[in-house]
Amino acid sequence: MTASHAHPGRQGFVRRVLFSTDHKVIGIQYWVLALVAVVFGVLMSLLIRMQLGFPTHTWPLLAKIFPRGMNGGVMAPEFYLSLVTMHGTMMVFFVLTTAPLGGFGNFILPLQLGARDMAFPRLNMLSFWVTALAFVTLVLAFFVEGGAPLGGWTAYPPLSALGAIVGPGQGLGMDLWITSIALFCAGSLLGALNFLATTLGMRCTGLSLGRLPLTVWAWFTTALIALLAFPVLLAGGILLLLDRHAGTSFFVPGGLVVAGRAIDHHGGSPLLWQHLFWYFGHPEVYIAILPGMGATSQILSVFARKPVFGYRAMVGAIFAIGMLGFFVWGHHMFVSGMSPYSAIAFSVLTLTIGVPSALKTVNWLGTLWGGTLRLTTAMLFALGFVSLFVSGGLTGIVLGQTSLDLYLHDTVFVVAHFHLIMGMAALFGIFAATYYWFPKMFGRLLNERLGRVHFVLTLIGAYAIFVPMHVQGLMGHPRRYYDASSYTYLADALPLHQIITWAAVLTAGAQLLFVANLIWGGRRGPRPGANPWQATTLEWTTASPPPPENFDSQPVVHHPAYEYGVPGAPRDYVMQNDPPEVRP
Amino acid sequence: MGLLLALILWAITVASVLWLHSAGGHMPPSISDAARAVDSQLFLTLAVIGVAFVLAQGLLGWFIWRYRAGGIRQARYVHGHDSLELGAAVVVGAAFITLAVLGQRVWVQLHLTVPDPQALVVEVTGEQFAWNVRYAGPDGVFGRTDIDHIDPGTNPLGIRDDDPAGRDDIVSINTMAVPVGRTIEVQLGSKDVLHSFFIPALRIKQDTVPGLRIPLRFRATQTGTFEVPCAELCGLGHYRMKGTLRVLEPAEFESWLAEQKAE
Repeated sequence: MTASHAHPGRQGFVRRVLFSTDHKVIGIQYWVLALVAVVFGVLMSLLIRMQLGFPTHTWPLLAKIFPRGMNGGVMAPEFYLSLVTMHGTMMVFFVLTTAPLGGFGNFILPLQLGARDMAFPRLNMLSFWVTALAFVTLVLAFFVEGGAPLGGWTAYPPLSALGAIVGPGQGLGMDLWITSIALFCAGSLLGALNFLATTLGMRCTGLSLGRLPLTVWAWFTTALIALLAFPVLLAGGILLLLDRHAGTSFFVPGGLVVAGRAIDHHGGSPLLWQHLFWYFGHPEVYIAILPGMGATSQILSVFARKPVFGYRAMVGAIFAIGMLGFFVWGHHMFVSGMSPYSAIAFSVLTLTIGVPSALKTVNWLGTLWGGTLRLTTAMLFALGFVSLFVSGGLTGIVLGQTSLDLYLHDTVFVVAHFHLIMGMAALFGIFAATYYWFPKMFGRLLNERLGRVHFVLTLIGAYAIFVPMHVQGLMGHPRRYYDASSYTYLADALPLHQIITWAAVLTAGAQLLFVANLIWGGRRGPRPGANPWQATTLEWTTASPPPPENFDSQPVVHHPAYEYGVPGAPRDYVMQNDPPEVRP
Repeated sequence: MGLLLALILWAITVASVLWLHSAGGHMPPSISDAARAVDSQLFLTLAVIGVAFVLAQGLLGWFIWRYRAGGIRQARYVHGHDSLELGAAVVVGAAFITLAVLGQRVWVQLHLTVPDPQALVVEVTGEQFAWNVRYAGPDGVFGRTDIDHIDPGTNPLGIRDDDPAGRDDIVSINTMAVPVGRTIEVQLGSKDVLHSFFIPALRIKQDTVPGLRIPLRFRATQTGTFEVPCAELCGLGHYRMKGTLRVLEPAEFESWLAEQKAE
């Protein structure tokens, strides 16, 4: 397998950068795609926050940029909902799925396995370009008649199935959205297959399963989830397209009347879509966050100079979270009209996910306990990940209960909960991974001082946005509301919108420090050498950035992944490929 | 940096606990026994996760401060602690599963008990962007509907004029009045897309699904006027799909009904 993709010394720009089969180039491509997408996603969230914080203000400048959506400087409700839909879609798919797995997974996994490349390099290239095409298709939705869809990233039918009659953006914009998601599913499936085959088949000599870094376990489990979840969404998307254009009725029942017109559909079920969507959608949360858990375990151990606390339990917890994730999708549907009996089962199963999650938290704290913490920026973001994971996870204990969901479902409490855990915690994982692996990827170190300021502002900002949003949720504020000012029961909740908006502006502004750091670091950052963090895993045994064939000679592994502070060893760490006799 | 981060984490922890604690006083009033039961389960849950939250963030901050690098101290070379890990899993598991079971009580009362035969049945049908509220009238029977009979102005539900049961039906747009102290069974449906019938003061919501007729029961113990926002994204007017629940004394309710009939 490895012989078929030896890398010739010199290639043109197109083969080297655009259509490369080198996992490192593809990893960087995914990472850059996520960076572009996150800029879009953040800008959209700022527009959303602008409307919520200042619903009566007019913005003449924005009227010039969005002549349709902000006609006269006032945001149209349908434009607001398009932003909500596209922000969610952009972030969930093209940032939180793309960066952790496609980006860092692609770049680092083969290096940590001591492999020369992924198992199927051409397939890898294909999966990136299909994903890029999906991204372009999604962005196009903004520019067609009616604009982008307004039905939310969950695209519940009948709203998503009936075309422009139910709302602007539900015509061609919705078709492009479905097409984009279908392409994304296809790309992710190919990627997942590649990750699984690579992990199982390309490990170097001596790298037994018990010696794998937790990052590898996390990417492996994530790929397994992706392989099982994405096909279901793909099938759902195809059925939805058929309902829209081929006259089928999978999701649309009979007897509907829209705007005084009878709809010609019979016998479908809107709940069927919700089951298909959430069968994918809940595991998707873990697709977004498991790689962050892996990176956090790795980084905490490196910078605490201690072995990972409870390695086996951590591997078990990753698997348990990943697999339990397939049995809890119904907690998104307690009030959907689904059987109340199954709701009870889904509720109890949901709260059992708290067990492996708590185990991970205990073991992260255990890793810190008695360590000597080096508070690099990567370490700070990993610590921030632990904090946000705990906070966002605990509010899940509230929402996972059927009785409480009766009140809190579809309020901004839910928005605050999932933004803390799958938005902020996952982003902190991505930041931690970026500060940690940037030197390996680009051969330059990022600026630590700038990084620390970036971290402090982002941590405070994340809580300043989402703690008051929990409070609004407890007061019963519904989500996806363009303007709630006519509801008197929300009188105490509405003033919080401005606080949240300012916090969002400051947090987004702090990300300019990150961008500046990437630009500065990429051009002027000091050269790191092979192993700037004195880490043990195999990616640190080769040059930064690694040569096209990854390793000058095939590594052989003799040690577990996290041997730090080994008593009697010549250094305070034992690298995985150090000779066996290094360890006394 | 270690001390700074520890202080930031502790400050965030204290601020979050105080802020969420204060939110309880700003929730809409609870106007049924079930709503009060939801509240007490909510506060119990918030207390339990509050303890876990303070414990975890507190320890995190303390470890960051206590174990920051410096001096010649060597990191402990330990790989785990089986009984500590197992113990944590058991304690957390027991706490969360207990909450999960307790958290079913209101749910079971709402959905899995025998309906009250004396309940007043009210039909609520969502459409973009209004709630159609129908009462069966003195005969207690809803007239049959047919989409061919729909007239957006005069007959939004399409009640058939050839069905005698429909003649005394009363339809109100966006306002649902109910007598205090009596069990109400709302039968929820939708004409077009999904909506969700949310009554914050009763702590309940239920999606309305075209093609399904879903019952939702409540018994308000307090009179007053309460808002009914739509809680499932239903199109560009979602935010202004606002209903009103009026809980009235029985006599007042009867006269309200008579007024509606006269209109």
